Amino acid sequence: MPEKFDAIVVGAGVAGLAAAYKLAKAGLSVVVIERGDYPGAKNVMGGVLYRAMLEELIPEFWKEAPLQRPVVEQRFWLMDEDSVVTTGYKGQSWAEEPYNCFTVFRGQFDQWFARKCTEAGALIINETTVESCIVENGKVVGIRTTRPDGDLYANVVVLADGVNSLLAKELGFHKEWQPQQVALAVMEVLKLPAQVIEERFNLESGMGTTIEIFGSGTLGMVGTSFIYTNKEHISVGVGALLSQMRERQIRPYDLLENLKNHPMVRPLVRKSEPVEYYAHLIPEGGYNAIPKMVGDGVVVVGDAAQLVNSIHREGSNLAMTSGKLAAEAILRAYEIGEFNERALSHYQEKLWDSFVISDLKKYKDTAELFENRPQYFNQYIPAANMALREMLTVDGTSKSDKQKLVAQKFLGGRSMYSMAKDIYRAWKAVK
Amino acid sequence: MSEPRQGLKYLDKEVNIDDKLYLNRWKPDQQSHLVIKDQSVCAEKCSEKSCTVFCPARVYEWRDGRIAVGYEGCLECGACRIACPHDNIEWCYPRGGHGVQFRLA
Repeated sequence: MPEKFDAIVVGAGVAGLAAAYKLAKAGLSVVVIERGDYPGAKNVMGGVLYRAMLEELIPEFWKEAPLQRPVVEQRFWLMDEDSVVTTGYKGQSWAEEPYNCFTVFRGQFDQWFARKCTEAGALIINETTVESCIVENGKVVGIRTTRPDGDLYANVVVLADGVNSLLAKELGFHKEWQPQQVALAVMEVLKLPAQVIEERFNLESGMGTTIEIFGSGTLGMVGTSFIYTNKEHISVGVGALLSQMRERQIRPYDLLENLKNHPMVRPLVRKSEPVEYYAHLIPEGGYNAIPKMVGDGVVVVGDAAQLVNSIHREGSNLAMTSGKLAAEAILRAYEIGEFNERALSHYQEKLWDSFVISDLKKYKDTAELFENRPQYFNQYIPAANMALREMLTVDGTSKSDKQKLVAQKFLGGRSMYSMAKDIYRAWKAVK
Repeated sequence: MSEPRQGLKYLDKEVNIDDKLYLNRWKPDQQSHLVIKDQSVCAEKCSEKSCTVFCPARVYEWRDGRIAVGYEGCLECGACRIACPHDNIEWCYPRGGHGVQFRLA
Protein backbone atom coordinates (compact mmCIF):
# COMPACT_ATOMS: atom_id res chain seq x y z
CA MET A 1 0.00 0.00 0.00
CA PRO A 2 1.67 3.25 -1.07
CA GLU A 3 1.85 6.06 1.42
CA LYS A 4 -0.92 8.63 1.19
CA PHE A 5 -0.91 12.17 2.58
CA ASP A 6 -3.54 14.86 2.82
CA ALA A 7 -1.35 17.15 0.73
CA ILE A 8 1.95 16.99 -1.15
CA VAL A 9 3.91 20.19 -1.77
CA VAL A 10 6.48 20.07 -4.58
CA GLY A 11 9.32 22.48 -3.84
CA ALA A 12 10.56 23.99 -0.56
CA GLY A 13 10.65 27.60 -1.68
CA VAL A 14 8.69 30.30 0.09
CA ALA A 15 5.44 29.58 -1.82
CA GLY A 16 5.53 25.87 -1.04
CA LEU A 17 6.62 26.37 2.56
CA ALA A 18 3.90 28.96 3.17
CA ALA A 19 1.31 26.45 1.96
CA ALA A 20 2.85 23.59 3.94
CA TYR A 21 3.04 25.65 7.14
CA LYS A 22 -0.59 26.67 6.97
CA LEU A 23 -1.79 23.14 6.16
CA ALA A 24 0.32 21.50 8.86
CA LYS A 25 -0.82 24.04 11.46
CA ALA A 26 -4.40 23.09 10.63
CA GLY A 27 -3.56 19.46 11.36
CA LEU A 28 -3.32 18.01 7.85
CA SER A 29 -0.64 15.47 6.99
CA VAL A 30 1.69 17.32 4.64
CA VAL A 31 4.87 16.28 2.89
CA VAL A 32 7.20 18.73 1.13
CA ILE A 33 9.46 17.30 -1.59
CA GLU A 34 12.69 19.24 -2.17
CA ARG A 35 15.31 18.36 -4.78
CA GLY A 36 18.22 20.16 -3.07
CA ASP A 37 20.34 18.84 -0.22
CA TYR A 38 18.34 21.17 2.01
CA PRO A 39 15.60 23.78 1.48
CA GLY A 40 17.23 26.79 -0.18
CA ALA A 41 20.03 24.82 -1.86
CA LYS A 42 18.39 25.43 -5.24
CA ASN A 43 16.63 28.69 -4.49
CA VAL A 44 17.96 31.96 -5.81
CA MET A 45 16.66 35.44 -5.05
CA GLY A 46 18.21 38.89 -5.29
CA GLY A 47 17.52 39.05 -1.65
CA VAL A 48 14.56 41.18 -0.58
CA LEU A 49 11.93 39.55 1.62
CA TYR A 50 8.90 41.65 2.61
CA ARG A 51 7.70 41.49 6.17
CA ALA A 52 3.91 41.81 5.87
CA MET A 53 3.07 38.55 4.09
CA LEU A 54 5.23 36.31 6.25
CA GLU A 55 4.00 37.99 9.40
CA GLU A 56 0.47 36.85 8.56
CA LEU A 57 1.79 33.30 8.96
CA ILE A 58 4.46 33.71 11.65
CA PRO A 59 3.99 36.79 13.85
CA GLU A 60 7.22 38.60 14.73
CA PHE A 61 9.28 36.14 12.71
CA TRP A 62 12.14 38.68 12.55
CA LYS A 63 12.95 37.90 16.16
CA GLU A 64 14.06 34.38 15.28
CA ALA A 65 14.53 34.03 11.50
CA PRO A 66 18.01 34.26 9.98
CA LEU A 67 17.80 37.64 8.21
CA GLN A 68 20.56 39.81 6.86
CA ARG A 69 19.66 43.51 7.22
CA PRO A 70 16.40 45.46 7.55
CA VAL A 71 16.21 47.68 4.45
CA VAL A 72 16.06 51.33 5.55
CA GLU A 73 16.78 52.83 2.16
CA GLN A 74 15.83 52.02 -1.42
CA ARG A 75 17.83 53.83 -4.06
CA PHE A 76 16.99 54.04 -7.75
CA TRP A 77 19.64 54.79 -10.33
CA LEU A 78 19.21 55.83 -13.93
CA MET A 79 22.66 54.91 -15.16
CA ASP A 80 24.37 55.94 -18.36
CA GLU A 81 27.77 54.85 -19.64
CA ASP A 82 29.78 56.96 -17.22
CA SER A 83 27.24 58.79 -15.08
CA VAL A 84 24.14 58.27 -13.01
CA VAL A 85 20.98 60.16 -12.01
CA THR A 86 19.92 59.04 -8.56
CA THR A 87 16.81 59.13 -6.45
CA GLY A 88 15.41 57.03 -3.63
CA TYR A 89 13.85 56.98 -0.20
CA LYS A 90 15.31 56.47 3.24
CA GLY A 91 13.15 56.39 6.34
CA GLN A 92 13.63 55.79 10.04
CA SER A 93 10.33 53.92 10.29
CA TRP A 94 11.87 51.15 8.17
CA ALA A 95 14.63 50.81 10.77
CA GLU A 96 12.15 49.95 13.50
CA GLU A 97 9.70 47.16 14.19
CA PRO A 98 7.75 45.89 12.40
CA TYR A 99 10.08 46.84 9.48
CA ASN A 100 9.18 46.91 5.78
CA CYS A 101 11.55 44.35 4.30
CA PHE A 102 14.83 42.57 4.87
CA THR A 103 17.68 41.26 2.80
CA VAL A 104 17.99 37.51 3.29
CA PHE A 105 20.08 34.58 2.11
CA ARG A 106 17.62 31.98 0.90
CA GLY A 107 20.12 29.20 1.60
CA GLN A 108 19.72 30.03 5.28
CA PHE A 109 16.23 31.50 5.45
CA ASP A 110 14.48 28.62 3.68
CA GLN A 111 16.04 26.10 6.07
CA TRP A 112 14.60 28.05 8.98
CA PHE A 113 11.18 28.31 7.32
CA ALA A 114 11.26 24.56 6.63
CA ARG A 115 12.09 23.92 10.30
CA LYS A 116 9.03 25.94 11.27
CA CYS A 117 6.98 23.68 8.98
CA THR A 118 8.49 20.58 10.59
CA GLU A 119 7.63 21.94 14.03
CA ALA A 120 4.08 22.48 12.80
CA GLY A 121 3.96 18.81 11.80
CA ALA A 122 4.95 18.76 8.12
CA LEU A 123 7.43 16.24 6.75
CA ILE A 124 10.26 17.62 4.59
CA ILE A 125 11.96 15.18 2.24
CA ASN A 126 15.18 16.55 0.72
CA GLU A 127 17.35 15.28 -2.13
CA THR A 128 14.30 14.14 -4.07
CA THR A 129 13.31 15.33 -7.52
CA VAL A 130 9.72 15.00 -8.68
CA GLU A 131 9.56 13.60 -12.22
CA SER A 132 5.85 13.95 -12.88
CA CYS A 133 2.40 14.08 -11.42
CA ILE A 134 0.48 10.82 -11.25
CA VAL A 135 -2.80 11.39 -13.06
CA GLU A 136 -5.76 9.01 -12.87
CA ASN A 137 -8.97 9.72 -14.80
CA GLY A 138 -7.88 13.31 -15.37
CA LYS A 139 -7.27 13.88 -11.67
CA VAL A 140 -3.87 14.45 -10.07
CA VAL A 141 -3.57 11.83 -7.32
CA GLY A 142 0.12 11.94 -6.47
CA ILE A 143 3.67 12.36 -7.66
CA ARG A 144 6.46 10.20 -9.07
CA THR A 145 9.95 10.92 -7.72
CA THR A 146 13.39 9.83 -8.91
CA ARG A 147 13.74 7.56 -5.87
CA PRO A 148 13.11 3.81 -6.22
CA ASP A 149 9.52 3.09 -5.16
CA GLY A 150 9.21 6.83 -4.98
CA ASP A 151 5.50 7.27 -5.71
CA LEU A 152 3.54 9.29 -3.19
CA TYR A 153 -0.21 9.88 -3.10
CA ALA A 154 -2.37 12.70 -1.74
CA ASN A 155 -5.77 14.31 -2.14
CA VAL A 156 -4.13 17.53 -3.30
CA VAL A 157 -0.75 18.32 -4.88
CA VAL A 158 0.60 21.86 -4.57
CA LEU A 159 2.99 22.65 -7.44
CA ALA A 160 5.55 25.09 -6.04
CA ASP A 161 8.34 23.94 -8.31
CA GLY A 162 9.55 27.37 -9.35
CA VAL A 163 9.88 29.39 -12.50
CA ASN A 164 10.61 26.48 -14.83
CA SER A 165 7.24 25.03 -13.83
CA LEU A 166 7.85 21.73 -15.61
CA LEU A 167 5.06 19.88 -13.81
CA ALA A 168 2.28 22.34 -14.66
CA LYS A 169 3.56 22.39 -18.23
CA GLU A 170 3.37 18.62 -18.39
CA LEU A 171 -0.22 18.78 -17.14
CA GLY A 172 -1.00 21.13 -20.03
CA PHE A 173 -1.64 24.13 -17.77
CA HIS A 174 0.71 26.26 -19.86
CA LYS A 175 2.97 25.99 -22.87
CA GLU A 176 6.72 26.38 -22.61
CA TRP A 177 7.52 29.97 -21.59
CA GLN A 178 8.65 32.23 -24.40
CA PRO A 179 12.12 33.85 -24.13
CA GLN A 180 10.42 37.24 -23.70
CA GLN A 181 8.38 35.92 -20.73
CA VAL A 182 11.43 35.39 -18.51
CA ALA A 183 14.48 37.40 -17.53
CA LEU A 184 17.83 35.71 -17.18
CA ALA A 185 19.64 37.05 -14.12
CA VAL A 186 23.13 36.37 -12.83
CA MET A 187 24.43 37.40 -9.45
CA GLU A 188 27.46 37.21 -7.22
CA VAL A 189 27.68 37.41 -3.48
CA LEU A 190 30.78 39.38 -2.53
CA LYS A 191 32.36 39.34 0.92
CA LEU A 192 33.07 42.64 2.67
CA PRO A 193 33.45 43.51 6.38
CA ALA A 194 30.23 44.83 7.95
CA GLN A 195 31.87 48.10 8.90
CA VAL A 196 33.05 48.71 5.33
CA ILE A 197 29.53 48.05 4.03
CA GLU A 198 28.08 50.51 6.52
CA GLU A 199 30.58 53.21 5.62
CA ARG A 200 30.23 52.75 1.87
CA PHE A 201 26.46 52.72 1.93
CA ASN A 202 26.04 55.34 4.63
CA LEU A 203 24.25 53.04 7.06
CA GLU A 204 23.75 52.74 10.79
CA SER A 205 25.07 49.51 12.25
CA GLY A 206 23.04 46.50 11.09
CA MET A 207 20.83 48.44 8.67
CA GLY A 208 20.66 47.80 4.93
CA THR A 209 20.10 49.46 1.60
CA THR A 210 19.04 48.34 -1.86
CA ILE A 211 20.00 49.93 -5.16
CA GLU A 212 17.98 49.20 -8.32
CA ILE A 213 19.83 50.28 -11.44
CA PHE A 214 18.13 50.98 -14.77
CA GLY A 215 19.96 51.72 -18.00
CA SER A 216 23.52 50.89 -18.94
CA GLY A 217 23.85 48.03 -16.45
CA THR A 218 21.87 46.00 -18.98
CA LEU A 219 23.27 47.89 -22.00
CA GLY A 220 19.77 49.23 -22.59
CA MET A 221 18.13 45.79 -22.60
CA VAL A 222 14.84 45.50 -20.69
CA GLY A 223 15.92 44.56 -17.20
CA THR A 224 17.69 45.86 -14.13
CA SER A 225 20.88 45.57 -12.18
CA PHE A 226 21.00 45.71 -8.42
CA ILE A 227 23.22 45.95 -5.37
CA TYR A 228 21.88 44.74 -2.03
CA THR A 229 23.63 44.87 1.31
CA ASN A 230 23.80 41.82 3.56
CA LYS A 231 25.52 41.54 6.96
CA GLU A 232 29.01 40.78 5.69
CA HIS A 233 28.36 40.45 2.00
CA ILE A 234 26.87 42.45 -0.81
CA SER A 235 24.86 40.90 -3.63
CA VAL A 236 25.45 42.30 -7.10
CA GLY A 237 23.39 41.12 -10.02
CA VAL A 238 22.01 41.91 -13.42
CA GLY A 239 19.11 40.49 -15.39
CA ALA A 240 17.48 41.14 -18.74
CA LEU A 241 14.83 39.54 -20.91
CA LEU A 242 16.16 36.22 -22.17
CA SER A 243 14.94 37.10 -25.67
CA GLN A 244 17.11 40.24 -25.72
CA MET A 245 20.10 38.58 -24.11
CA ARG A 246 19.99 35.98 -26.89
CA GLU A 247 19.45 38.52 -29.64
CA ARG A 248 22.24 40.83 -28.49
CA GLN A 249 24.61 37.86 -28.02
CA ILE A 250 25.67 38.90 -24.57
CA ARG A 251 27.40 36.54 -22.20
CA PRO A 252 25.59 37.10 -18.88
CA TYR A 253 28.79 36.93 -16.81
CA ASP A 254 30.41 39.52 -19.10
CA LEU A 255 27.48 41.79 -18.30
CA LEU A 256 28.01 41.17 -14.58
CA GLU A 257 31.76 41.93 -14.71
CA ASN A 258 31.08 45.02 -16.82
CA LEU A 259 28.64 46.20 -14.15
CA LYS A 260 31.11 45.59 -11.32
CA ASN A 261 33.72 47.63 -13.23
CA HIS A 262 31.35 50.50 -14.07
CA PRO A 263 32.77 53.68 -12.50
CA MET A 264 29.50 54.28 -10.61
CA VAL A 265 29.51 50.74 -9.15
CA ARG A 266 33.23 50.04 -8.77
CA PRO A 267 33.76 52.07 -5.55
CA LEU A 268 30.97 50.09 -3.85
CA VAL A 269 32.40 46.66 -4.65
CA ARG A 270 36.11 47.48 -4.41
CA LYS A 271 38.29 44.89 -2.64
CA SER A 272 35.40 42.54 -2.11
CA GLU A 273 35.84 38.83 -2.56
CA PRO A 274 33.38 36.76 -4.63
CA VAL A 275 32.09 33.78 -2.67
CA GLU A 276 29.20 32.40 -4.73
CA TYR A 277 27.86 32.75 -8.28
CA TYR A 278 24.23 32.26 -9.34
CA ALA A 279 21.98 32.22 -12.36
CA HIS A 280 18.21 32.19 -12.29
CA LEU A 281 15.19 32.92 -14.42
CA ILE A 282 12.66 35.48 -13.24
CA PRO A 283 9.05 35.30 -14.45
CA GLU A 284 8.37 38.49 -16.43
CA GLY A 285 5.22 37.59 -18.31
CA GLY A 286 3.03 39.22 -15.69
CA TYR A 287 -0.74 39.03 -15.72
CA ASN A 288 -0.96 37.95 -19.35
CA ALA A 289 1.26 34.90 -18.73
CA ILE A 290 -0.55 33.51 -15.68
CA PRO A 291 -1.30 29.87 -16.53
CA LYS A 292 -4.18 27.68 -15.51
CA MET A 293 -3.60 27.40 -11.76
CA VAL A 294 -6.18 24.92 -10.57
CA GLY A 295 -7.12 21.44 -11.72
CA ASP A 296 -8.63 18.33 -10.20
CA GLY A 297 -6.44 17.59 -7.18
CA VAL A 298 -3.82 20.21 -8.00
CA VAL A 299 -2.97 23.90 -7.56
CA VAL A 300 -0.01 25.99 -8.83
CA VAL A 301 1.63 28.69 -6.66
CA GLY A 302 4.50 31.21 -6.73
CA ASP A 303 6.95 31.54 -9.61
CA ALA A 304 5.50 28.39 -11.18
CA ALA A 305 2.37 30.48 -11.82
CA GLN A 306 4.43 33.54 -13.02
CA LEU A 307 3.42 35.50 -9.91
CA VAL A 308 6.12 38.19 -10.00
CA ASN A 309 5.66 41.95 -10.05
CA SER A 310 8.81 42.88 -11.91
CA ILE A 311 8.13 46.62 -11.88
CA HIS A 312 8.46 46.57 -8.09
CA ARG A 313 10.87 43.59 -7.96
CA GLU A 314 8.39 41.79 -5.72
CA GLY A 315 8.19 38.02 -5.93
CA SER A 316 8.67 36.23 -2.64
CA ASN A 317 5.75 38.11 -1.10
CA LEU A 318 3.43 37.20 -3.96
CA ALA A 319 4.68 33.63 -3.66
CA MET A 320 3.92 33.44 0.07
CA THR A 321 0.49 34.96 -0.34
CA SER A 322 -0.36 32.52 -3.13
CA GLY A 323 0.85 29.60 -1.00
CA LYS A 324 -1.23 30.77 1.94
CA LEU A 325 -4.37 31.27 -0.15
CA ALA A 326 -3.90 27.87 -1.81
CA ALA A 327 -3.70 26.30 1.66
CA GLU A 328 -6.90 28.07 2.73
CA ALA A 329 -8.67 26.72 -0.33
CA ILE A 330 -7.39 23.21 0.41
CA LEU A 331 -8.63 23.45 4.00
CA ARG A 332 -12.01 24.50 2.67
CA ALA A 333 -11.96 21.59 0.23
CA TYR A 334 -11.40 19.29 3.21
CA GLU A 335 -14.48 20.71 4.91
CA ILE A 336 -16.66 19.85 1.94
CA GLY A 337 -14.74 16.66 1.18
CA GLU A 338 -14.14 17.38 -2.48
CA PHE A 339 -10.85 18.06 -4.24
CA ASN A 340 -11.93 18.66 -7.78
CA GLU A 341 -11.19 21.78 -9.79
CA ARG A 342 -14.42 23.44 -8.74
CA ALA A 343 -13.74 22.95 -5.04
CA LEU A 344 -10.13 24.16 -5.32
CA SER A 345 -10.97 27.14 -7.50
CA HIS A 346 -11.61 29.02 -4.28
CA TYR A 347 -7.82 29.57 -4.35
CA GLN A 348 -8.09 31.39 -7.64
CA GLU A 349 -11.01 33.52 -6.45
CA LYS A 350 -9.12 34.56 -3.32
CA LEU A 351 -5.99 35.32 -5.34
CA TRP A 352 -7.98 37.48 -7.74
CA ASP A 353 -9.38 39.41 -4.77
CA SER A 354 -5.90 39.98 -3.34
CA PHE A 355 -3.13 42.48 -4.04
CA VAL A 356 -1.34 39.77 -6.03
CA ILE A 357 -3.57 39.81 -9.09
CA SER A 358 -4.55 43.43 -8.60
CA ASP A 359 -0.90 44.49 -8.87
CA LEU A 360 -0.14 42.18 -11.77
CA LYS A 361 -3.19 43.50 -13.63
CA LYS A 362 -2.13 47.07 -13.01
CA TYR A 363 1.19 46.50 -14.79
CA LYS A 364 0.04 43.94 -17.34
CA ASP A 365 1.12 46.00 -20.36
CA THR A 366 4.48 47.23 -19.10
CA ALA A 367 6.59 44.24 -20.18
CA GLU A 368 5.41 44.49 -23.76
CA LEU A 369 5.70 48.26 -23.78
CA PHE A 370 9.34 48.29 -22.69
CA GLU A 371 10.23 45.40 -24.95
CA ASN A 372 8.72 46.97 -28.06
CA ARG A 373 9.92 50.50 -27.30
CA PRO A 374 13.59 50.34 -26.34
CA GLN A 375 13.78 54.15 -26.23
CA TYR A 376 12.65 54.14 -22.60
CA PHE A 377 15.86 52.39 -21.62
CA ASN A 378 18.38 53.38 -24.26
CA GLN A 379 17.30 56.91 -25.11
CA TYR A 380 15.48 58.56 -22.22
CA ILE A 381 17.89 57.36 -19.53
CA PRO A 382 20.97 58.76 -21.34
CA ALA A 383 18.93 61.91 -22.02
CA ALA A 384 18.14 62.35 -18.33
CA ASN A 385 21.85 62.02 -17.54
CA MET A 386 22.73 64.51 -20.24
CA ALA A 387 20.08 66.96 -19.03
CA LEU A 388 21.47 67.11 -15.53
CA ARG A 389 25.06 67.15 -16.73
CA GLU A 390 24.35 70.08 -19.06
CA MET A 391 22.28 72.09 -16.61
CA LEU A 392 24.78 71.58 -13.78
CA THR A 393 28.02 72.00 -15.74
CA VAL A 394 29.02 75.67 -15.81
CA ASP A 395 30.93 76.43 -18.99
CA GLY A 396 29.69 79.79 -20.25
CA THR A 397 26.90 78.38 -22.45
CA SER A 398 23.56 80.04 -21.65
CA LYS A 399 20.92 77.98 -19.89
CA SER A 400 18.51 78.52 -22.81
CA ASP A 401 21.01 77.06 -25.26
CA LYS A 402 21.59 74.13 -22.93
CA GLN A 403 17.86 73.55 -22.68
CA LYS A 404 17.66 73.34 -26.46
CA LEU A 405 20.44 70.72 -26.48
CA VAL A 406 18.66 68.73 -23.81
CA ALA A 407 15.37 68.86 -25.71
CA GLN A 408 17.11 67.56 -28.84
CA LYS A 409 18.68 64.71 -26.90
CA PHE A 410 15.32 63.67 -25.47
CA LEU A 411 13.71 63.75 -28.89
CA GLY A 412 16.59 61.85 -30.52
CA GLY A 413 15.61 63.04 -33.98
CA ARG A 414 11.95 62.21 -33.53
CA SER A 415 9.02 64.58 -33.24
CA MET A 416 7.70 66.17 -30.08
CA TYR A 417 4.48 64.30 -30.85
CA SER A 418 6.15 60.86 -30.70
CA MET A 419 7.76 61.68 -27.37
CA ALA A 420 4.42 62.88 -26.02
CA LYS A 421 2.98 59.55 -27.13
CA ASP A 422 5.75 57.69 -25.25
CA ILE A 423 4.97 59.63 -22.10
CA TYR A 424 1.27 58.90 -22.52
CA ARG A 425 1.95 55.18 -23.15
CA ALA A 426 4.15 54.90 -20.07
CA TRP A 427 1.57 56.68 -17.94
CA LYS A 428 -1.18 54.45 -19.27
CA ALA A 429 0.84 51.30 -18.62
CA VAL A 430 1.44 52.12 -14.95
CA LYS A 431 -1.67 54.14 -14.03
CA MET B 1 29.11 31.21 -35.41
CA SER B 2 29.33 34.89 -34.54
CA GLU B 3 31.31 36.31 -31.65
CA PRO B 4 29.60 37.93 -28.68
CA ARG B 5 28.69 41.55 -29.30
CA GLN B 6 30.68 44.40 -27.90
CA GLY B 7 29.24 47.32 -25.95
CA LEU B 8 30.81 46.14 -22.72
CA LYS B 9 32.91 49.21 -22.16
CA TYR B 10 34.27 48.22 -18.77
CA LEU B 11 35.10 44.61 -19.47
CA ASP B 12 38.87 44.88 -19.25
CA LYS B 13 39.72 41.19 -19.57
CA GLU B 14 38.05 38.00 -20.68
CA VAL B 15 35.97 36.48 -17.92
CA ASN B 16 37.04 32.98 -16.95
CA ILE B 17 33.73 31.33 -16.11
CA ASP B 18 35.52 28.50 -14.28
CA ASP B 19 36.73 31.03 -11.69
CA LYS B 20 33.09 31.77 -10.91
CA LEU B 21 31.88 28.18 -10.99
CA TYR B 22 34.69 27.11 -8.63
CA LEU B 23 33.10 29.30 -5.96
CA ASN B 24 30.07 27.03 -5.76
CA ARG B 25 29.52 23.65 -4.13
CA TRP B 26 28.77 20.87 -6.59
CA LYS B 27 27.52 17.32 -6.36
CA PRO B 28 27.71 16.18 -9.98
CA ASP B 29 25.65 13.20 -11.08
CA GLN B 30 27.09 10.40 -13.21
CA GLN B 31 24.56 11.06 -15.95
CA SER B 32 23.68 14.28 -17.75
CA HIS B 33 20.33 15.95 -17.13
CA LEU B 34 20.84 17.95 -20.36
CA VAL B 35 20.63 16.17 -23.70
CA ILE B 36 20.93 17.58 -27.21
CA LYS B 37 17.99 15.95 -28.98
CA ASP B 38 19.60 15.93 -32.43
CA GLN B 39 23.20 17.06 -33.00
CA SER B 40 22.58 17.36 -36.75
CA VAL B 41 20.13 20.20 -36.04
CA CYS B 42 22.93 22.13 -34.29
CA ALA B 43 25.36 21.36 -37.10
CA GLU B 44 23.11 22.05 -40.07
CA LYS B 45 20.23 24.26 -39.03
CA CYS B 46 21.63 26.48 -36.27
CA SER B 47 23.97 29.20 -37.47
CA GLU B 48 24.02 31.28 -34.25
CA LYS B 49 24.61 28.52 -31.68
CA SER B 50 23.41 31.11 -29.20
CA CYS B 51 23.38 28.59 -26.32
CA THR B 52 27.19 28.84 -26.36
CA VAL B 53 26.82 32.55 -25.60
CA PHE B 54 23.80 33.11 -23.35
CA CYS B 55 24.28 30.12 -21.02
CA PRO B 56 25.45 31.72 -17.74
CA ALA B 57 27.61 28.69 -16.89
CA ARG B 58 29.01 28.18 -20.39
CA VAL B 59 27.74 24.62 -20.35
CA TYR B 60 27.56 24.46 -24.14
CA GLU B 61 30.60 24.62 -26.43
CA TRP B 62 30.88 24.04 -30.15
CA ARG B 63 33.75 21.55 -30.56
CA ASP B 64 34.68 19.25 -33.42
CA GLY B 65 31.42 19.74 -35.26
CA ARG B 66 29.11 19.11 -32.34
CA ILE B 67 27.77 20.77 -29.21
CA ALA B 68 29.62 19.54 -26.13
CA VAL B 69 27.51 19.62 -22.95
CA GLY B 70 29.36 20.28 -19.68
CA TYR B 71 26.33 19.50 -17.54
CA GLU B 72 28.46 19.25 -14.36
CA GLY B 73 28.68 23.06 -14.14
CA CYS B 74 24.99 23.71 -14.90
CA LEU B 75 23.37 26.32 -12.64
CA GLU B 76 19.94 24.81 -13.42
CA CYS B 77 18.37 28.10 -14.54
CA GLY B 78 16.49 26.68 -17.55
CA ALA B 79 17.44 29.42 -20.03
CA CYS B 80 18.74 26.99 -22.67
CA ARG B 81 15.53 24.96 -22.74
CA ILE B 82 13.45 28.09 -23.36
CA ALA B 83 15.81 29.97 -25.68
CA CYS B 84 17.19 27.22 -27.90
CA PRO B 85 15.86 28.47 -31.25
CA HIS B 86 15.26 24.89 -32.42
CA ASP B 87 13.81 23.49 -29.21
CA ASN B 88 16.64 20.97 -29.38
CA ILE B 89 17.54 20.58 -25.69
CA GLU B 90 15.95 17.95 -23.51
CA TRP B 91 16.07 19.47 -20.06
CA CYS B 92 15.19 18.10 -16.67
CA TYR B 93 16.41 18.74 -13.15
CA PRO B 94 19.32 16.64 -11.92
CA ARG B 95 18.32 13.70 -9.75
CA GLY B 96 17.65 14.58 -6.13
CA GLY B 97 20.70 15.66 -4.14
CA HIS B 98 22.80 16.29 -7.25
CA GLY B 99 23.93 19.39 -9.05
CA VAL B 100 24.73 22.80 -7.60
CA GLN B 101 24.02 23.32 -3.89
CA PHE B 102 23.85 27.02 -3.02
CA ARG B 103 24.88 28.00 0.50
CA LEU B 104 23.98 31.71 0.60
CA ALA B 105 21.54 33.68 -1.57
